[in-house]
Amino acid sequence: MQRYIIFRVGQSILTLLVLTVIVFSLARLSGDPLDVLLPLEATNEDAERLRAAWGLDRPVHIQYFTFLGNALTGDFGDSLRVRGRTAISLVLERLPNTAALAGVAVVVAILIAVPIGVLSAVKKDSVFDYVGKVIALFGQSLPAFWLGLMLMWVFAAQLGWFPVSGKEHGALSYILPAIAIGWFQVAALMRLVRSSMLDVLDTEYVKLARIKGVAEWKVIWKHCLRNAAIAPFTYFALIIGSLMVGSVSIEFVFAWPGVGRLAVDAAVTKDFPVVQAVVITFCLVYIVANLLVDIAYAYVDPRIRYS
Amino acid sequence: MAAENRVANASAIGETTEELVAPERGWFGRFIREARRYPLFPIALLLIVMVIPAIAADWVAPHDPKLGSLSAKLQPPAWMEGGSTEYLLGTDRVGRDILSRIIHGARVSVVIAGIAICIAGVVGTSLGIAAGYWGGWFDALVMRLVDISLSIPIILLALVIVAATKPSMATVITVLVLLMWSRYARLVRGETLAVRVQDFISRARVSGASHRRIMIRHVFPNVFNSVIVLATLNVGFVIILEATLSFLGAGIPPPQPAWGLMVADGRVLIASAQGWWVSLFPGLAIMLVVLCMNLLGDWLRDRLDPKQRQV
Repeated sequence: MQRYIIFRVGQSILTLLVLTVIVFSLARLSGDPLDVLLPLEATNEDAERLRAAWGLDRPVHIQYFTFLGNALTGDFGDSLRVRGRTAISLVLERLPNTAALAGVAVVVAILIAVPIGVLSAVKKDSVFDYVGKVIALFGQSLPAFWLGLMLMWVFAAQLGWFPVSGKEHGALSYILPAIAIGWFQVAALMRLVRSSMLDVLDTEYVKLARIKGVAEWKVIWKHCLRNAAIAPFTYFALIIGSLMVGSVSIEFVFAWPGVGRLAVDAAVTKDFPVVQAVVITFCLVYIVANLLVDIAYAYVDPRIRYS
Repeated sequence: MAAENRVANASAIGETTEELVAPERGWFGRFIREARRYPLFPIALLLIVMVIPAIAADWVAPHDPKLGSLSAKLQPPAWMEGGSTEYLLGTDRVGRDILSRIIHGARVSVVIAGIAICIAGVVGTSLGIAAGYWGGWFDALVMRLVDISLSIPIILLALVIVAATKPSMATVITVLVLLMWSRYARLVRGETLAVRVQDFISRARVSGASHRRIMIRHVFPNVFNSVIVLATLNVGFVIILEATLSFLGAGIPPPQPAWGLMVADGRVLIASAQGWWVSLFPGLAIMLVVLCMNLLGDWLRDRLDPKQRQV
């Protein structure tokens, strides 16, 4: 077990290091990094400040270690767009908004996927099953950003049930973006619930429960679903990545004040310190989450340790 | 007994297999089933929405995709009040014909998806075969790279690349290749490991074939089906990703007619409830193409490579 944990931690650190190398070298690919780092209308003073702060007159490997050292302490420099703010403070300020939206999206996905998944397993080849299949088919084919826009058009602009954008309207403003982000998860989650429910429905203990005379709804929702929930639960490790991708485009659509929107704005306006801060923070979250999940699996399932 | 086994297998494998044991009822079930058995429906739709427009855009499109006339800006589709048959699907904010832009956008999508998948497929397959065949340190190195590539959220990397360079077709293709090569490498390496230990490989070796010849003539044909299936299933994914990047301003630069870019054009109009058609139609085009590619991919997988079903 210890060997496995050490191996996985080492692997994660390696991934992070490679990532910093990529981010570091991308800024230097096209000649003088200041051309990339500074927006067109930057003053000479900006240029000098950055040149000194990044030590751009020193050899490349020294520059990299300076960058790495700064990154370790969370110092990515000042934002070039928002005056007087450090890049990392902009990121940390918006992280809770992104996390909240992603959380609601997961809840929405579960609320839609689990009932349909269970029903389409219990009543195989019924209407529910077809609905499930159609959702699964469309779940993989709809681009999230377009779905978000269409939801906005119908339910916000036309019907006026929800606010068009932002998060000023409390709980209501979460609904549309959360559906748009969660939609993609619904399809995958539903298929997993369905197939593991089909497995469980076939087992001896479910037959026993039925023979004992337990009410059918109780058999399904208590005896079966509890056991069938294990496989879909493990799927949540994989979700984190696509939730992040979703949050980037959906936060942009709904003008949600989160990290994803910050990343897009910063990339388009060439606010490179902020882009670096977002990317490395996001990847850190992602890699650490994956690491924790893998270690948790290894505890639960010893086979993983030895493979 | 046999039937029970089949049911058990079906539920273990997932959703597609129980079609074997349970006849589907209702017109919709039959429709889906037929469409899956002979994918005429997706193929026909793909021809109409993607292939023909991509090849013959210059002759099919009624207007110039990049040139608009300001006198005709924001015209609604032909069947709406105020619409004209000249612009079947309406016009955007600078008076460009939506239909023509969708037709030309198909070409952009096809070219990008095609090039990206080819490069990723060739790179990934070569590395995968070499890694699986040689094993040892080379295998370890490639697999570490695969792990790293799979654990970096690629859309963020794309944003860094865009912040550092100008958005262009080459940038988009680079991002997509970086994202996808590892999937091919992992799949092919796994298959190669299984092929390598078979008798015909050692016999080829005994009869004097070089390692290179064995990899190309004996291993590659055995992994080819899986690669084709993965590539087909990847097309939809790549098209959505390219559209997302373009939508975010990190992909194809305007005024190119890319579908994602067109949806982005209509974003402001949707929020203010002015011109829904600007975003709706290109999005529908993306959806139809991806839907068809997924159906086609599923069908191909069932035909060529049933093993992958479980993945």
